[in-house]
Amino acid sequence: MSATGIGVAVRRKEDRRFITGKGHYTDDINRPGQAFAYFLRSPHAHATIKSIDAKAASAMPGVLAVLTGAELATDKIGNLICGWMIHSKDGSPMKMAAHPALASGKACHVGDAIAVIVAETLAQARDAAEKIKVDYAVLPAIADPAAAQKPGAPKIHDVAPNNTIYQWSLGDAKAADAAFKSAKHVTKLDIVNNRLVPNAIEPRAAIGEYDSGTGTFTLWNTTQNPHVARLVIAAFVGMAPEHKLRVIAPDVGGGFGSKIFIYPEEVVALWASKRVGRPVKWVADRSEAFLADAHGRDHVTHAEMAFDGDGKILGLRAKTVANLGAYMSTFSSSVPTYLYATLLSGQYEIPHIYCEVDAVYTNTVPVDAYRGAGRPEATFVVERLVEVGARELGQDPADLRRKNFVNKFPHQTPVIMMYDAGDYNASLKKAMELADYKGFAKRKRESARHGKLRGIGLSTYIEACGIAPSQAVGSLGAGVGLWESAEVRVNPTGSVEILTGSHAHGQGHETTFAQVVSERLGIPIDDISVVHGDTDKVQFGMGTYGSRSGAVGMSALVKALDKVEAKAKKVAAYMLEAAEGDIEFKDGKFSVAGTDKTAAWGDVTLNAYIAHKFSGQELEPGLKEGAFYDPTNFTFPAGCHICEVEVDTETGTTEIVAWTAVDDFGIVINPMIVEGQVHGGIAQGVGQALCEGAVYDKEAQLVTGSFMDYCMPRADNLPVLKVGTTVTKCPSNPLGIKGCGEAGAIAAPAAVINAITDAIGTEQLAMPATPQAVWAALQKSNKLPHAA
Amino acid sequence: MAASLAAQKGAETVAVSMTVNGKPVSGEIDPRTLLVQFLREHLRLTGTHVGCDTSQCGACVVHVNGMAIKSCTALALSLEGADVLTIEGLAAPDGPLHPMQEAFRENHGLQCGFCTPGMIMTAVDIVRRKGNELDDRTIREELEGNICRCTGYHNIVKAIAAGARAMKSGGATSQAAE
Repeated sequence: MSATGIGVAVRRKEDRRFITGKGHYTDDINRPGQAFAYFLRSPHAHATIKSIDAKAASAMPGVLAVLTGAELATDKIGNLICGWMIHSKDGSPMKMAAHPALASGKACHVGDAIAVIVAETLAQARDAAEKIKVDYAVLPAIADPAAAQKPGAPKIHDVAPNNTIYQWSLGDAKAADAAFKSAKHVTKLDIVNNRLVPNAIEPRAAIGEYDSGTGTFTLWNTTQNPHVARLVIAAFVGMAPEHKLRVIAPDVGGGFGSKIFIYPEEVVALWASKRVGRPVKWVADRSEAFLADAHGRDHVTHAEMAFDGDGKILGLRAKTVANLGAYMSTFSSSVPTYLYATLLSGQYEIPHIYCEVDAVYTNTVPVDAYRGAGRPEATFVVERLVEVGARELGQDPADLRRKNFVNKFPHQTPVIMMYDAGDYNASLKKAMELADYKGFAKRKRESARHGKLRGIGLSTYIEACGIAPSQAVGSLGAGVGLWESAEVRVNPTGSVEILTGSHAHGQGHETTFAQVVSERLGIPIDDISVVHGDTDKVQFGMGTYGSRSGAVGMSALVKALDKVEAKAKKVAAYMLEAAEGDIEFKDGKFSVAGTDKTAAWGDVTLNAYIAHKFSGQELEPGLKEGAFYDPTNFTFPAGCHICEVEVDTETGTTEIVAWTAVDDFGIVINPMIVEGQVHGGIAQGVGQALCEGAVYDKEAQLVTGSFMDYCMPRADNLPVLKVGTTVTKCPSNPLGIKGCGEAGAIAAPAAVINAITDAIGTEQLAMPATPQAVWAALQKSNKLPHAA
Repeated sequence: MAASLAAQKGAETVAVSMTVNGKPVSGEIDPRTLLVQFLREHLRLTGTHVGCDTSQCGACVVHVNGMAIKSCTALALSLEGADVLTIEGLAAPDGPLHPMQEAFRENHGLQCGFCTPGMIMTAVDIVRRKGNELDDRTIREELEGNICRCTGYHNIVKAIAAGARAMKSGGATSQAAE
């Protein structure tokens, strides 16, 4: 194994620039002659725009342009799109309403962009925005997804009667119903999966620049997938042909899904730059981000699980209403369907599953993928049902899980997925040992002596990652293929540049991708650089989301390395005057089998470029290879998280006193980075469970619109995290990787709520389990000391 | 932008001067200019970040006269003559890292890096106030004003504890100009 190869906790190559303040995020970039954009946003959740008077604003100092939906239409700038077609049960296509980058005739949520002001300075643009007179006719609005389809609810888009985007289903309803009829016990739950605001700490930003000399646009953008952004902005928005648009994603400060999507602001920055003939920069304020970044989750679900007399699961039924907000964001339609219902089998053999999902419009910020995307919602449904079912049946929740685990692979679930490998008993067993599950009763008594209620909760989750086989997702409605690309450029001196279509925004690809190369070529990672995030450098790529960079991006890299090695062997054969088939390559050295003739990596790479040894032969000079890798299956990371809490009965405050996570991510490239991903995911899941929640009032005003009102998890909300792994190799890709980016966020909410409900003795507890919510639930429980 | 902010027709500007990372600096600024804007846009010291607009996230923490402040919450004008230290001044550009920087790297106390400069500047200030032996609870309480969305804080807490100890043994506190 190379000292900087696979499996080593190598310290990150990218860190030096970040810890010394030398990172280059979008807002750190200023272009010569740059002007600034400020968006005037709707203060109303639902309103007809009768007129916009921009005269006074246009005359303000420094103002270069005030642009609205009218100018957007004049310039024929196309609408934003949702790229995943979902068909309803009746076969009708989803009802996608027009989503112009600036509102056209109507504002559909608070924060909907009405106009953009471009000025010499940001302060001048803001000042001018105050002078724009918009005559609104306010309409009734709705934020609650559960009420959006009811008769009399305000109608948001003409194309969508009853605000219904689609009514979709998966599974066999009749078979599921029959399973429920034969059940000895049925556990039923009503679940609200709370709406979250992703809140990457770097706010979104965009700089658009038009070069009239060449007719090309450049966009610097906080995006997780620059090529997808270019494709959509070229092919659908119609800003410029693809070859005349360059998208650069420099250092990006966290994404968690929210920077996948193609948003109005980057479209407007590009368009405005052509309009005013100057580069145009926009950077979101945090409060603006709350109103303009896609939110996550927001499901209302009724779910049921059928058991036989022994605790074996017979079936699962779920009916979900998913709030997609005011417009359909880029991948919004796929989240509550193929990323959700396909995971409702969890780690269990469930013979029959049926799920119905209605997606609805409301007058709220669009909802799309947020870390986990559908899978946290599915896990919460399954893991709450299993836990509550065990309690109702009087069984230990761990035992009931074990009884129902899938043990044979491959395993075909009733909801599309074919699990390829796993060992759910192993992760459960290891987690229970690390958490000292057996010692819980003693710890509970100890807590009771201090007047605290102690609870323990499990979450044995599964996720589908490594998104995804192109043919499979294509057949399910995806407008794109979900392969990945890589290119390996070997320099004459032997150093290596790898170009990847994956994009890092915290994941450490500059280190981990280099580790894969180091392992393969036997050169240190300091001799390897990773290039990503620029459509002029990397030819094409699908970007980073769905825990796909390792399983898909690195697989493409392995394919490219295969080709590099094959060609380098040909060069070495000429150098060593041996048959190509006799050349062996190991630890950075080429040798002729059965002889002591060798050539070092650097000698071969130099010879590849000077070409003296094979000039005029069939072999081409140079050493550069590329590959595209299309996965053969999803990957299925799985594991067990155990949360232990203490609840203060007087204040309702929950303290997480212990957390154990044992995850099976397949082969791990860098354990330090993987643990970091798990930590971060858990924090976001704990945030969802304990404190985060986007709250809309009756007028569909966002009440939690800043860090003052929206409770982000802080250091003192989280415990020391005990993290371990088990390994079953993923058979579906060359490195055996499953992916680790979303696991924590997927597993955590159910573990927390299972722990708190165990402590307080009632299942009637919604997320976020704030002290107020827990206290209120406790008043109805029999666990209060006075009631005991 | 330095020129564009200051030189708008009719915009009132005022002179301000202070010491930043040991060097005297001055500028003609719009009186509304916040310290963080002065650092980022006038001096182009972009290591100090803006992550919110309500003084909650701490990505903008710098030291003023030896104490940590959120630079989004101070008008540059109010800091005439002040001694300011930013992440860029914590260690010499090509020299060894400050022990707290090194501890963040060694303990994987950062992922996307956006909150990191504020975290490190806060951490150095915690050590100044609380000493070199910091327990888990103290560090977590002291991080109340800094939000990280990537790390779950676990490794940040480890990094700060290790960095605090290293600052004692390494004697590198002096680099922090405190």
